[in-house]
Amino acid sequence: MQFSGAEIIVKLLERQGITQISGIPGGANLPLYDALKLSSIKHILARHEQGAGFIAQGMARASGRTSVCFATSGPGATNLLTAIADARLDSVPMVAITGQVPLPMIGTDAFQEIDTYGLTLPITKHNYLTRSVEELLRVIPAAFRVAASGRPGPVVVDVPKDVQLRKMEVTKWPEPGGTDESPEPDPDAIDQMIQIINEAKRPMFYIGGGIINAGAAQTIRRIAEKASIPTTSTLMGLGAVPSNHPLFLGMLGMHAARYTNMALDECDLLIAAGVRFDDRATGKVAQFCSHARIIHIDIDPSELGKIKMPFVGVEGDVAKALAAAESRIEKVDRSAWLNRICELKAAYPLVMPGLDDPLSPYGLVLEAAAAAEQDAIITTDVGQHQMWVAQSFPFAYPRQLLTSGGLGTMGFGMPAAIGAALAYPNRQIICFSGDGSLLMNIQELATAAEERTNIKVIVMNNNHLGLVRQQQELFYGSRFSASRFHAEPDFPAIARGFGIEAVDLGQADDPKKALKHAIEQRGPCLINVPIPAEDKVFPMVPPGAANRDMIGGENHVDND
Amino acid sequence: MSITTNHVKEKSVLELTVNNHPGVMSHVCGLFSRRAFNVEGILCMPIGDGQRSRIWLLVNEDERLENMVKQLDKLEDVLEICRHGADHQIFSQLEEYFRV
Repeated sequence: MQFSGAEIIVKLLERQGITQISGIPGGANLPLYDALKLSSIKHILARHEQGAGFIAQGMARASGRTSVCFATSGPGATNLLTAIADARLDSVPMVAITGQVPLPMIGTDAFQEIDTYGLTLPITKHNYLTRSVEELLRVIPAAFRVAASGRPGPVVVDVPKDVQLRKMEVTKWPEPGGTDESPEPDPDAIDQMIQIINEAKRPMFYIGGGIINAGAAQTIRRIAEKASIPTTSTLMGLGAVPSNHPLFLGMLGMHAARYTNMALDECDLLIAAGVRFDDRATGKVAQFCSHARIIHIDIDPSELGKIKMPFVGVEGDVAKALAAAESRIEKVDRSAWLNRICELKAAYPLVMPGLDDPLSPYGLVLEAAAAAEQDAIITTDVGQHQMWVAQSFPFAYPRQLLTSGGLGTMGFGMPAAIGAALAYPNRQIICFSGDGSLLMNIQELATAAEERTNIKVIVMNNNHLGLVRQQQELFYGSRFSASRFHAEPDFPAIARGFGIEAVDLGQADDPKKALKHAIEQRGPCLINVPIPAEDKVFPMVPPGAANRDMIGGENHVDND
Repeated sequence: MSITTNHVKEKSVLELTVNNHPGVMSHVCGLFSRRAFNVEGILCMPIGDGQRSRIWLLVNEDERLENMVKQLDKLEDVLEICRHGADHQIFSQLEEYFRV
């Protein structure tokens, strides 16, 4: 039977198990949309390609499965770039299929022509410019294999319009792209790792997104419990170990609790698992865990020694490496170390002011957590609200938190929440955002309304770029340059304009009750919460400083 | 290829076997350029039936080179990497074409 390139792509996506695609049509991908019309795949029409990219990311991050988005050539592709780069830095499996001008017009500065291949080269795991209809049969499954294998990441397939239109005879469809088996970790490295862990007096786990991607959360927890190993997590790893676990010390780094960074400073062994020693986690690298030997386990060999040379580097799937080691990691009495951690925790806890006030950041986060269903998925935007959530929300399982960690993209949270809601229509999705972040993709409220997604957008509204303001106050002599918004948009009115329910906690007689009601009712809802512009995220490690040099967040109870 | 400065850096020669299509050079060179890592010399020719190419790179020995090789190895289109010392003759044989 004869199929066009567009029909082949859609057929291969169906065979790949794709059921939903976000995107926006345009001149150069019209054939693709024509083929999609006859498909069982549901299309989610975003209002901006960046929104489409983050909706796809939301689906992928929530489910762990590769997701797909579509964009046309030129501005469609350039608008998608931020979402692709974001997926790259946080290792999210995504396949972006872009339309391109017809092959004979490439290089002529044709209408809506842009070098999508060149632009996406440094921000993808791999990218393709398909030059014949025949190669689609190879490239589409390969794109899925690359996106999901090893360390996941985004793949771009750029398809010229004439390739989408050209027909060919297809008698046999290729197998869907699978996942390459990850290589077995080196047994000698595993042996060495076990020996060093068993010898350590003050070991600590430093875990990240790799633990979640590998499905190693349970294993980490069992090993930590068996061998009494306190565990800290990056932003990307939150949820892998439940926040209330006695061995869990919360997030490390720039906005860690004081005791967490201090404990890291005292450990004699750092077991870095599925992490990449990001600067927000390590602070000044030379002084990060300077008394510790380091074991680094990662599936991406180029991460081993990239920032810090490990004493033992284990290249491979972190789940496999830990499983291979688990039975030989001994139960060791580390009560002295655990007691020391308890001392530090008691003397230097995370100080969270305003816990009983739903109109203050920590109080709001915990009140929302109390009102949320057990299996609610949390997304955030980027800024102060993101760190307050990371510090205080009681995360309980992997993939509960979807946040832009590496790229730190404002505008991520709400479209990612839409994606999560599409992947899990029966779950509640709570997006914590700020007034600055939300405005960066506010147009997707239209998509949220259209799809009747069960998302709750909580806007911590201080009418500022709060984290910028905070840095200007702390490090730039309170010279507040361009961090204040002088216009004050009425967010509830905007939401209602999009056809979305809204509530303003600042005007509510009983803010707690109003918040609970807004979260519990089904369907999209925006919750505006005025917060003081002076509120800061503490503690804070100044950029470039060592993690032990924290500002703020002192435990005032102990002073005087 | 002529070295005019007194400060002579150690060099390395990398031999890559890659798929032969228009984007491969960009992928390989992009890895170096976006880390501000200068590639001193490049040679590329198809091998065998033309499905594959061989790329020879002359690069400075730098503490980042180890990681660069790992990054190269991750590229989908790079099939094989072989690292040679600066004494490899591939570039020295070409010196006469690069006289000023």
